[in-house]
Amino acid sequence: MATSQPSFTTDSLTHQQKQRLRSAVYHLLVGGFCLLMIYPILWLFASSLKGPSEIWTNVTSLIPKEWAFENYIEGWEGFGGITFAVFFRNSFLYAGVATLASVLSSAFVAYGFARLRFAGRGFWFTCMILTLMLPHQVQIIPQYILFSKLDWVNTYLPLLVPRFGGQAFFIFLIMQFIRGIPRELDEAAEIDGCSRIGIFFRIILPLIQPALITAAIFSFYWTWEDFQAPLIYLSNPKLYTVSLALRASADPNSVTNWGAIFAMASLSLVPVFAIFIFFQRYLVQGISTTGLKG
Amino acid sequence: MNGVVEPGIPASVPVGKEGVGVRAGAKAQISYRRRDNWAGYVFISPWLLGFFIFTLIPILASLYLAFTDYRLTAAPTWTGLDNFEKMFFGDARYWRSMRATFFYVFTAVPLRLVVALALAMVLNNSRRLVSVYRAAFYAPSMIGGSIAVAIMWRQIFGKVGLVNAVLALFGIPGAAWIGRPETAIWTLILLAAWQFGSPMLIFLAGLKQIPSELYEAASIDGGGPWARFIHITLPMLSSVIFFNLVMQMISSFMVFTQALVITNGGPLDTTLFYALYLYQRAFGSFQMGYGAAMAWVLLLIIAVFTAINFKFSNRWVFYEEKAE
Repeated sequence: MATSQPSFTTDSLTHQQKQRLRSAVYHLLVGGFCLLMIYPILWLFASSLKGPSEIWTNVTSLIPKEWAFENYIEGWEGFGGITFAVFFRNSFLYAGVATLASVLSSAFVAYGFARLRFAGRGFWFTCMILTLMLPHQVQIIPQYILFSKLDWVNTYLPLLVPRFGGQAFFIFLIMQFIRGIPRELDEAAEIDGCSRIGIFFRIILPLIQPALITAAIFSFYWTWEDFQAPLIYLSNPKLYTVSLALRASADPNSVTNWGAIFAMASLSLVPVFAIFIFFQRYLVQGISTTGLKG
Repeated sequence: MNGVVEPGIPASVPVGKEGVGVRAGAKAQISYRRRDNWAGYVFISPWLLGFFIFTLIPILASLYLAFTDYRLTAAPTWTGLDNFEKMFFGDARYWRSMRATFFYVFTAVPLRLVVALALAMVLNNSRRLVSVYRAAFYAPSMIGGSIAVAIMWRQIFGKVGLVNAVLALFGIPGAAWIGRPETAIWTLILLAAWQFGSPMLIFLAGLKQIPSELYEAASIDGGGPWARFIHITLPMLSSVIFFNLVMQMISSFMVFTQALVITNGGPLDTTLFYALYLYQRAFGSFQMGYGAAMAWVLLLIIAVFTAINFKFSNRWVFYEEKAE
């Protein structure tokens, strides 16, 4: 860029001008790349508002010629007489209960690992960390057999019950946080005659709120977009989550109304973005401090 | 953890209801903390139960099933090494799935990490708007695993999709990116690279830890930007790079959802990733024994790669020496 200009021009620029030029180039390049990266997402939202006549003819534009809000109404109708109200309710219930169970259990377990010294602690902690690297494929087949013997297929039990044991990622995240709380607080309460359970509920739990929020956001995200477990266990369309319903209605060989599909796909991302906007701080902290995947 | 016993603190102070003091050894931990075995196990019991019921026993059960023929309808029959023999010597699709998976892991992971590191370095400053950029770059990671994005991606690279429309603006003829065996896997690799947000945030946190004096010293010694990158940034960041590499490789070996929705393994099995083929065998045709054998091989592959990563890590990962 600067090489094509005669060198005396850059030399004659004041320091401040140079800084400004540099800043402009920076924002042009980084901002441009940024737009390129989020263009597909914007395109999805734009396409959800395009009518059937322009969705595949006016493809690159981010502004529909005619705003087709009816896509959302048509998409919401779902299929087989089941509307997206059912799928969204299922997804919210699944993500809500799973998150609550998993985060509370994880906090409980994290306190045990972080604060109590007991025989075998190191061994069990190592086991827990190892499960982080375990491909879940080695578990799903026997789990499926177990749950089908219990007659739990086509219920939410196989998806929810395992969450009550906590999740290794969240246990680890909350442990890191508990380690930052001064032990003197626990000890003071102990001297006052508080039991371990009491210390956990009255002292630790209120103090680890930021970690709980971080874990809850991740748990919600992962459950909201979870696909493999619902795919294996839920075959009754009335139990479908949004993910399953989207996939079922977006069969490339039979879809005619792409606007409606894009409308429901966009809608399924709204909770994710809403949480991000309100809780961005917790997310960034969580990823940076523990290296959680997003 | 510091093993130093502070002077002035009594070696053993009985506390709590049990009031059991710990005998103070010469190098005992700070010993006013009693060992609470009972309470410890109460607290970790939810995880411990879940670990046994949903992790440990299933892993052992799938090890057993790997040596059987089991199709859910009848009891498993012991078949010895049959599954493995069939897998390695009689199943061409199995090898195609291996090929696709390894190709994916060894292209998608480096690509994603390079982009993540580059962006982290670009965003490691206090200019205006940097937090907006950071959030925007993270957005694809946030939604990347969802079905909505998978459907979107399929249409972007479809015959009448966004990519071909953009190419047409420049007069370049488009292609059926997902339908052609040469390009299909690259659409999935691009989807993975697009989601560089989480490793980027981890790198960014790592970069902020590097003391600026190091860069200043290097500048005084006449080190240019490239030299500073090679001799300061990379070594100081190597443990973070290592962590990202291990975690990203593990998760890439298990890629499933996007391949199922976007290409469903096709065309000609070029995107038949391991987890997808395993799913087809175990839950499509209910060959649970074969699926379990495949799962155990995947476990071993991941274990070997993680071990290799750890083994070679001490050659290139630089840990700051801990001050004694």
